[in-house]
Amino acid sequence: MIELRGVTKSFGQNHVLRGVDLTIPKGSSMVIIGGSGTGKSVTLKCILGLVRPDAGTITLDGQDVAGGDRDAFLARFGMLFQGGALFDSMRVWENVAFRLQRGALKKPKAEAREIAIEKLRRVGLGPQVADLFPAELSGGMQKRVSLARAIAANPEVIFFDEPTTGLDPIMSGVINDLIREIVTEMGATAMTITHDMSSVRAIADHVAMLHGGKVRWTGPISEMDATPDPYVQQFIHGRAEGPIESLR
Amino acid sequence: MILLAPVAGLGRATLALLASLGRMVLFGGAVLGHVLRPPFYWREFGHALVQIGWLSLPVVGMTALFTGGALALQIYAGGARFSAEAVVPAIVAIGMTRELGPVLGGLMVAARVASSIAAEIGTMKVTEQIDALVTLSTNPLKYLAVPRVVAATLAVPLLVAVGDSIGIMGGWAVGVHRLDFNSAAYLKNTRDFLELWDVTSGLIKGAAFGFLVALMGCYHGMNSGRGAQGVGAATKAAVVSASVLIFAANYLLTELFFS
Repeated sequence: MIELRGVTKSFGQNHVLRGVDLTIPKGSSMVIIGGSGTGKSVTLKCILGLVRPDAGTITLDGQDVAGGDRDAFLARFGMLFQGGALFDSMRVWENVAFRLQRGALKKPKAEAREIAIEKLRRVGLGPQVADLFPAELSGGMQKRVSLARAIAANPEVIFFDEPTTGLDPIMSGVINDLIREIVTEMGATAMTITHDMSSVRAIADHVAMLHGGKVRWTGPISEMDATPDPYVQQFIHGRAEGPIESLR
Repeated sequence: MILLAPVAGLGRATLALLASLGRMVLFGGAVLGHVLRPPFYWREFGHALVQIGWLSLPVVGMTALFTGGALALQIYAGGARFSAEAVVPAIVAIGMTRELGPVLGGLMVAARVASSIAAEIGTMKVTEQIDALVTLSTNPLKYLAVPRVVAATLAVPLLVAVGDSIGIMGGWAVGVHRLDFNSAAYLKNTRDFLELWDVTSGLIKGAAFGFLVALMGCYHGMNSGRGAQGVGAATKAAVVSASVLIFAANYLLTELFFS
């Protein structure tokens, strides 16, 4: 279980997080929605330790994420970045097996490659892709490779940052289905940031909406459509009129 | 108050410069602190050695060749004013090994390597590849900066040694074919006047310049701003700061070695 209590973060005069309280139950899939600049990515980066919060506590299974063995902590996570963040100097299989070729999880090269090919197959890519470079792949294929890298070491927690951004609707559907299947199959705790409501409906067990640096609403996906919260209603229906200010 | 504005601006600029220098020193200290601590990324080190050392050979060699030739012509023309044309071989050799070999070699490596390191790491930063490294339990400083800095510190002295030899041969070629020196006498003169310390001091300078070049490339790349403009600014800053630091370090080392 991941718990955030009173997490604040400012960049100069820009107060991005103003006291975020959020609980992500073990083995569930939480999707965070909200407008651009509401602190969704910063929340995720705070959990991973990529950004240090100014105040508040973040715990994973009761242990403060800021303390303890950092490598062991990060080994429990996998992450799919918005742009893929594949290492373009490495072949696809080397990207997927990155964690398996160094550090505590190091395996012999042949075994690491075998696991990488198996993970590629799991995300719908054939072994012929393994020896290509990321630049030789389409956007959708790069997302799949990034997903394969995120699950390569069988993490307990997987983060997805805008998993369908830049993809066509069909490929978005494929990625959403893959995420749902993989999270269920692995029993992992998942946290996804997205603007894409079709992703929310495909991936989420629970939804949280960030607005003004705080969690505006959180609840099961089944209750999202019925909530009377005007912010949630405006966001999920994509209305220009409502309490969320939009620039036109 | 209006009259004080330029002074305040100067003060702000000075403070910003000092803060930036402080950050560079801390970054350099952090890199040095990781050099002898495992894990060691041998593959990245080997790759950096080829990129920085082997692939810089042509540009450093060409620079040294033409510089050695031009130096011979200049010393001959200057020496002729007081009938000292015979010093050409010795001055070319000493000038190349002590000063021009390491400084020009360092500058060429700065132009070629600091820019490429800053652009590569800067692009990795803006495309979240550095964040990805962290989430994959890999320290970006250790994985990206340490292999490049160590490789440059070892490769640039070798480049300087090759550049020195090519520069001296450039001087020899001009001396023999343009200035009518006897080939054997030119080489003997070079050998007789050149001391081991002339060469080793230049190699030490080369190591220092290599360290600074890679350090500036890594520092500016890792602190790159967002987007193409941020990466462009980081690349420019890496080349400019590496070049200025080469000249400053050259003066300090020359004071230390020869004053």
